[in-house]
Amino acid sequence: MSNRAVSDRSGNSEAIAQAFADGPAYIPYLAVGDPDYESSLEYVEALERGGADLIELGLPFSEPIAEGPTIQGAVVRALEGGMTPDRFFEFVEDLDVDVPLVCMTYYNLIYQWGETEGPRPFVERAAEAGLEGFVVPDLPAEEADPLREACDEFGLDLVFIVAPTTEGDRLDRIMDRVSGYVYVQARLGTTGAQDDVSDQTAASLDRLREYDVPKAVGFGISAGDHAERIVAGGADGIIVGSALVDIVAEGVESNRSTAAVADRLEAISRELVAGAERGSRARSTGDPS
Amino acid sequence: MSEPTPHSMSETTSTTDDDETQRSTAADPADPAASADPTPVPGETGGKFGRYGGQYVPEALMPAIEELTDAYQRYVLENEDGFMDEFRRRLREFGGRPTPLQHAERLSERYDRDVYLKREDLLHGGAHKLNNALGQVLLAKYMGKDRVIAETGAGQHGTATAMAAAHLDMPCEVYMGERDINRQRPNVFRMTLNGATVTPVTAGRGTLKEAISETMRDWAGSVEDTHYVIGSVVGPHPFPAMVRDFQSVVSEEARRQAIETIGELPTDVVACAGGGSNTMGSFAAFLDDETVSLHAVEAGGADLSIDEEAGVAPNSASLYAGEEGVLHGARTKLLQDAHGQIVESHSVSAGLDYAGVGPELAHLVDEGRVIPVAVDDDHALEAFHLLSRTEGIIPALESAHAIAYLEAGTDTEAGTDSEAAGDDGGEPDAAADDSLGETVVVTVSGRGDKDLESVIEETAARDIDGAPDMSAFTEGI
Ligand SMILES: Cc1ncc(COP(=O)(O)O)c(C=O)c1O
Repeated sequence: MSNRAVSDRSGNSEAIAQAFADGPAYIPYLAVGDPDYESSLEYVEALERGGADLIELGLPFSEPIAEGPTIQGAVVRALEGGMTPDRFFEFVEDLDVDVPLVCMTYYNLIYQWGETEGPRPFVERAAEAGLEGFVVPDLPAEEADPLREACDEFGLDLVFIVAPTTEGDRLDRIMDRVSGYVYVQARLGTTGAQDDVSDQTAASLDRLREYDVPKAVGFGISAGDHAERIVAGGADGIIVGSALVDIVAEGVESNRSTAAVADRLEAISRELVAGAERGSRARSTGDPS
Repeated sequence: MSEPTPHSMSETTSTTDDDETQRSTAADPADPAASADPTPVPGETGGKFGRYGGQYVPEALMPAIEELTDAYQRYVLENEDGFMDEFRRRLREFGGRPTPLQHAERLSERYDRDVYLKREDLLHGGAHKLNNALGQVLLAKYMGKDRVIAETGAGQHGTATAMAAAHLDMPCEVYMGERDINRQRPNVFRMTLNGATVTPVTAGRGTLKEAISETMRDWAGSVEDTHYVIGSVVGPHPFPAMVRDFQSVVSEEARRQAIETIGELPTDVVACAGGGSNTMGSFAAFLDDETVSLHAVEAGGADLSIDEEAGVAPNSASLYAGEEGVLHGARTKLLQDAHGQIVESHSVSAGLDYAGVGPELAHLVDEGRVIPVAVDDDHALEAFHLLSRTEGIIPALESAHAIAYLEAGTDTEAGTDSEAAGDDGGEPDAAADDSLGETVVVTVSGRGDKDLESVIEETAARDIDGAPDMSAFTEGI
């Protein structure tokens, strides 16, 4: 391993570095405000009880071009429930969790917030609310410098997504700007729970091996045995979104109580954490299960 | 046409607090003092028009966009392998170019100026859309792709892409909002007849904005063998520049034809703007001709305000009433609420019903080179009937907006006290004299066959002077 240094900012957030420090990180995602503010608070807290090491909180945007139907549904429910950027920050402040929180949203919301132009006011407010970083799926490295600078100013991390098609110069450009962790997109397409783990994941992890930054794999992970295989294959963390959002959606459709949905979110989290730990043991004993 | 007050640039209700500046720029963009000096956004690269444009797309699409940028450079800009020669030949033989520049006698009389119509309605398929679709499907072939996908609003871009794909033997899938499928049935049949698959999009209000998002999602999963034929000068670089180049044939011809028939350049060019491909195509060759005024006519819909509570703008006037933001891969002018959520747009014409607009147009408006104006639903319908009845041309509802602008002209200050054209044969709106010169070229971007059902319904719901009685037709609907 050549351990290429990514940049001296690779760990703006101590808490994010910590999330990857002992064993594979379980990183769940939920859209904030889905289906309403109060339930959403309980759901996020259930994720922490289920073993989350870091939580990605989706701030819903009206045009989620990187999302499949599951998360699109969550975004519609959350927007209909009245979620706005200001409510989102209040939500972060109201949450009773200890793990680091990363905001996942689209660039227009970051760009428009606040009195002055550009991403700085949003980042300042995010830091004040206690967020530790951002994932912005429609912001490629080429357009990211203003946000990168604001993150550095306020001590937040900026996570980039690496796709199965990202290689060569593009990969270098991204790895020059990333901090916290890199989001390895497990396969092409949009978000959505899948039944199997793609070979594209292994190839991506291979290309990233020489970079010294935690690699979290997401897009399509829905069960403990996916988590196991992905971690055994070299991932430092697993990101799970649609499989959790499916549980929230099912709760809405079947009129389940908030507590019942929260219990299910906690249970699936435990299953995913257990899978990731099996993968980690397999990796250390050199047994690729 | 009974309203005493002028309509097109009537009161704008503000979208946000700092709309004052927005409005003064929009109201008088030709005044250099009013056009803001565009400050470049630091730290960004690639495909910028002043502060607009760029490539705001998911990482999975970036390699495809880089590949396309390279293909655009080689085949379109450098004519590698004779690409542009083949494109022009197919536009002639398959498309029927050049389209005429026709002197419109009744309109000229009515408005007391020479009105010329650039007849894109006569292009194969019935709209300017084929220029771009043929160019991109051919490019996909040169790039070795096996499949094309497209979004469509009115169905015109979808039909153009389906025709071009059949002509060039490429499988084609078209994403179309469910609501648009219902209001543009004939185009759905045409696409199907040409062998394309039409996939309904149910998200949001089911119009163009959602169809673009859904096509981008398909592309994110299929980039390796698929080309996305975007339908207007929108999206990430290189689309805005490339689509403009394919559409520029409209103004290249019109400019040459004007010099041949009129003996000089026109004073004005008027074209309707949804995403802006017709507008950019109609303007491109005139951009350096400083004496030629360029008017981009947007859909004023029912009202120029934005309802933040409901997340709806009852118009599609992004240049005129929008604010800067990032949508579908580009920084441009958008209809959005104070938080940056994109609002649902509205227009009686499906093809103009979009919350964004091409980044180059946004830039040209800031520079004062292009004058944005808005024409509302009612006046577009009046113009539809006027052109049908007096010139024998049934225009697309989109194009009817451009025709309506002849009637209205701009009326920012001077116009408010002038008489709007009342009855047939009445004095034309004096305000039009303020903004339009002696010789006006109006692009008729498409023909209206696709709109007949909507027109019957919308006309029956209004009292439009000179329109035929629609009651006999409404029963079956
Ligand atoms: C006839 C016609 N004119 C204009 C438009 C608006 O699109 P654009 O602004 O890209 O030309 C459309 C779109 O479908 C159309 O069909």
